[in-house]
Amino acid sequence: MKMPRKTVMEGSMAVAEAVKLCRPQVISAYPITPQTHIVEDLSQMVADGELKSEFVNVESEFAAASVVLGASATGARAYTATTSQGLFLMYEVLWNMAGSRYPINLTCANRAVSAPINIWNDQQDSVSIRDAGWIQLYCEDAQETHDFQPIAFKVAENPKVRLPIMTMMDGYVLTHTYEPVEIMDQELVDSYLPPYKPVVRLDTAHPVTLGAFAQPNTYHEIRYMLNRALMGSKSVIASAFKEFNETFGRDYSPFMEEYRAEDADVLVLSLGSVCGTIKDAVDELRNEGQKVGLVKLTMHRPLPKAELRKALDRASVVAVVEKDISLGQEGIVATDVKSAFAGHDGPAVLSYVAGLGGRDVPVRDVRRVFSEAAAWKGKKAPDDPFWLALNTGIIPEVR
Amino acid sequence: MADKLNDGAVTEPSSTVITKTGAWRSQRPVVDNEKCIKCYICIDLCPEGAISALPEKKGVQVDYDYCKGCGICASECPQKAYKMVPEEK
Repeated sequence: MKMPRKTVMEGSMAVAEAVKLCRPQVISAYPITPQTHIVEDLSQMVADGELKSEFVNVESEFAAASVVLGASATGARAYTATTSQGLFLMYEVLWNMAGSRYPINLTCANRAVSAPINIWNDQQDSVSIRDAGWIQLYCEDAQETHDFQPIAFKVAENPKVRLPIMTMMDGYVLTHTYEPVEIMDQELVDSYLPPYKPVVRLDTAHPVTLGAFAQPNTYHEIRYMLNRALMGSKSVIASAFKEFNETFGRDYSPFMEEYRAEDADVLVLSLGSVCGTIKDAVDELRNEGQKVGLVKLTMHRPLPKAELRKALDRASVVAVVEKDISLGQEGIVATDVKSAFAGHDGPAVLSYVAGLGGRDVPVRDVRRVFSEAAAWKGKKAPDDPFWLALNTGIIPEVR
Repeated sequence: MADKLNDGAVTEPSSTVITKTGAWRSQRPVVDNEKCIKCYICIDLCPEGAISALPEKKGVQVDYDYCKGCGICASECPQKAYKMVPEEK
């Protein structure tokens, strides 16, 4: 086996390098901070002749999404990337991509949403798209953002799945940070990810109607089939990760990673790069003799309910720390975790809204979550979410 | 329509011809070809392409399989040759 090439690079470049290795035939994207570097790198690769791909410049994210939808309909492997307002401008097309079963790969550089306008990291953008029929994977570090690209295409293009897939990387924290990354070998990527063979495509020799109208007597069933495919993609995702580990010598567990969680009494569940900080907090607290751990949720959709129960049900308390909120409710992932335990005995599940709009989540705040959570052992969780490190001093009284 | 559905609602070609939308209509345009001056404005403006010219300049006809009854033809006809008649079931 050839020695892998390990180098220090920006997270955005790690994604671009991986996308190049996947040989997409069409790329279309509109630049938006903090996603810009990904497509800037890709367009440079195309301009330099390193990547033989059609790079389509467009006037908006709505157009970018529509271009990759059309490209995918012709049977091309298609890629796009965006964030925040750009993802929301794609909203209508995102649902069409899933409903029409196009295996598009989209990287979302997680950023807060307006208003107020803010270009820094949280995960409100992608979490808000969870109901559209996409597979959604969250990355902790640059290596994952690199490795998840061929996994994404492989899963999406599997004839049993045929669904779009979104991989998430935290804006700035991952997109603009330099980390050591082991670059995949082209021959291995080619063997892991063979050329896309579409089941149906636009072809004048074999005409079909795509994006057809469905009347009330079929729409209900077609949406059922979409949900069945999304639920059924779990086994394909598990095999794709297993095959990836065997091919590239990694150690990913699909759906979620359990970190010192096996005998933990108090667990934090979270997503994305903040999991690195939480692991540091767990190590400190373990050294102090506390039984704490982390469950890092990699896959938010489809929601791995049974696996969540298995990972969390030995704990007394689970604090879900997430950078999003369903306004008027609580953290969206917290609601999902609670739903996994509905009708089952389980831990108290607390919702923590943390780190919105780029607010740092340091180890000391994570330690506070663990100590506050411990006090909820044997109690019923409150209805309202906790806001981590809320600076109440600058919030006026209710008028 | 095939017996079983396809993923992503893929259907045979010409689905817009196969899917008849005339049943959506609550009122139908009825044209009096005696009044028609063959300007064919109605043909140009029909959003469904459901109006066509009769041979030998005998006027126009409406394809009720696809006409949704929007009434643009009646509204735009300079001769007021169309009457919108409620559909009764």
